[in-house]
Amino acid sequence: MYDTEKLATDVNQTETKISARNVQVYYGDTHAIKDVNVDIDAKAVTAFIGPSGCGKSTFLRCINRMNDTIDVCRVEGDIKIDGEDIYDKRVDPVQLRAKVGMVFQKPNPFPKSIYDNIAYGPRIHGLAKNKADLDEIVEKSLRRGAIWNEVKDRLHAPGTGLSGGQQQRLCIARAVATEPEVLLMDEPCSALDPIATAQVEELIDELRDQYSVVIVTHSMQQAARVSQKTAFFHLGNLVEYGDTSQIFTTPQDERTESYITGRIG
Amino acid sequence: MTDATQNTGAVAPKSSLHTLDARTKRRNAAESRFKFYGMVAIGIGLLMLVTLLTTILSKGTGAFTQTFVTMEVELLETKLDKTGARDLEKIKKVTTFGYAPLIKTAFEKTVEAHGIETDLKSKAMAKILSKSAASQLRNYVIANPDQIGQTIEFRFLANSRVDGYMKGRVTRDSIANDKNITPAQLDFVDQLIAVGALKKTFNIDFIIGADASDQRPEAAGIGVAMMGSLFMMLVVLALALPIGVAASIYLEEFAPKNWITDIIEVNISNLAAVPSIVFGILGLAVFINYMHLPQSAPLVGGLVLTLMTLPTIIISTRAALKAVPPSIRDAALGVGASKMQAVFHHVLPLAAPGILTGTIIGLAQALGETAPLLLIGMIGFIASNMPETVGEGLLSPNSAMPAQIYEWAKRADPAFYERAWGGIIILLIFLISMNTLAVLLRRRFERRW
Repeated sequence: MYDTEKLATDVNQTETKISARNVQVYYGDTHAIKDVNVDIDAKAVTAFIGPSGCGKSTFLRCINRMNDTIDVCRVEGDIKIDGEDIYDKRVDPVQLRAKVGMVFQKPNPFPKSIYDNIAYGPRIHGLAKNKADLDEIVEKSLRRGAIWNEVKDRLHAPGTGLSGGQQQRLCIARAVATEPEVLLMDEPCSALDPIATAQVEELIDELRDQYSVVIVTHSMQQAARVSQKTAFFHLGNLVEYGDTSQIFTTPQDERTESYITGRIG
Repeated sequence: MTDATQNTGAVAPKSSLHTLDARTKRRNAAESRFKFYGMVAIGIGLLMLVTLLTTILSKGTGAFTQTFVTMEVELLETKLDKTGARDLEKIKKVTTFGYAPLIKTAFEKTVEAHGIETDLKSKAMAKILSKSAASQLRNYVIANPDQIGQTIEFRFLANSRVDGYMKGRVTRDSIANDKNITPAQLDFVDQLIAVGALKKTFNIDFIIGADASDQRPEAAGIGVAMMGSLFMMLVVLALALPIGVAASIYLEEFAPKNWITDIIEVNISNLAAVPSIVFGILGLAVFINYMHLPQSAPLVGGLVLTLMTLPTIIISTRAALKAVPPSIRDAALGVGASKMQAVFHHVLPLAAPGILTGTIIGLAQALGETAPLLLIGMIGFIASNMPETVGEGLLSPNSAMPAQIYEWAKRADPAFYERAWGGIIILLIFLISMNTLAVLLRRRFERRW
């Protein structure tokens, strides 16, 4: 178990951002996540891979308590961000979600202008004092979302009018606009073509220097390309977790090996 | 297997594509039969609609025109104001009975001026006018006492038999046993038509006027009932929309899903199917007997119709909220919006067209509702004056359009029957415009996501 105290930042030394202990998730009577323990590094990309229905998205949604919105869903165990239990009674999920941004599987821009899409988060969290501040946040976020050059001339056009890849980058820009510390991505490229995917992957790699990124993906190639750590989920269990290079070259568990070689999945 | 066949090309197709096999033929026949049934069903529907509309239009348009007699009446000082003091109190003492001679004289003069030859006495001539003619004169004199002594041109309503004669409803044969009019009077009517003193023209009073007593169908209008309906709709809109939308938002977005909310949900659906007369009796018991709100008042009618409309609005609002994709909620929650912010900033605007449409449909339903009004006394009441203030509009007794139509339809005089059809035309115009508005709003605000 990692020490949750801040360690001296060393190039080789990673600090733990999120630590999960004995996490169980139930959907009604279904035991969807079984006893997951994982430590997620700060300022690194962690990939969750595994076959459909293995619980990787469910676990991801526990990290910003999006599962709270599902009535039948019950979460047990501890998930700590910077040592603070996010399922503590004192934690307001709304505050948590400002700190833990999320990008969804299907690009879901608000049916508003590009500007308003980005400005919405900062507005409700009061991050901008005035219009100029807000303009700056919008520009900064769109730049960080690697979409500024494409949309700077039509900030007031509807966000839904963009292409799928642009929409997804817009959603990423929207997620970073609230200055989160963790960015959760739930199969962000599954609705995108290879070119858009490459752009988003490049963006994820850039985001790593500021955020802890957790990405759920179906594509093992993608996991191998963008992540430093990989976790393999199977039937609700965390089967194996380690450095990406190690998982893909010398998996310890038989099931991991079967999955990455394509025998199960 | 198909691939293999194509690849090798060696196996010849079993049958030609140019001849249909039995199975395909049966399938195609079934499809064309189904299409035919569908077209027949739509055809029957259209036929009914056309029949309905033509019946309504052919029977109802007559209500919008009315027969008038134009005459010059000398407002004799000797009859109306013997003292000559123009004292309004004294002038008011002259009843409509006192005005009858003026009308008779006016007829005599008209006959003389136009050289009409008739054996009718002036009393019989005056009978072709509506019973409201004398009160029309009296009202004019009371409003303009300075006009006494002058000769002024008046336009009097002809009575409903004469009007019916003009519209072809009354003939010389049909009045054989009619005490209200004689063939000689009809001859006189013909003579008046010939000299242009009697004409059938558009009658705005039908649209803006008040209902009239059994004796004067020619004077009845739907205007005051229209105001009654308007005030009821205001009450319904002001209550049902906020309550309905708030209830739906709570049930749909916030309420936990458990057996209590399930029961509430089932009951709302059931309420939508409760016969409206039940709401009427509820209104009678609660609003009138218990709360002592005034009878026949549009306020009470509006409250009852609110109860009736609420389930419709709740159901359509919930459907509209459900139709907003969950990804929008996720997106809002994902950037740290609270549940309420997600709902009010994102979900509600997207659901607004649906909510508006549902509300307008609910209002249209309420506008056409008659049964509950029976029980709270909005039927059979003759409102004679337009309400002057909003408070009066809400609290003073009134009728409503469908109630007025029902009232006319059940009266004996066929002239009222015609007005019932005319009222239906006006009601339908309202309903069609409300539905059109609903469609337009939908088109205007509908956004894709």
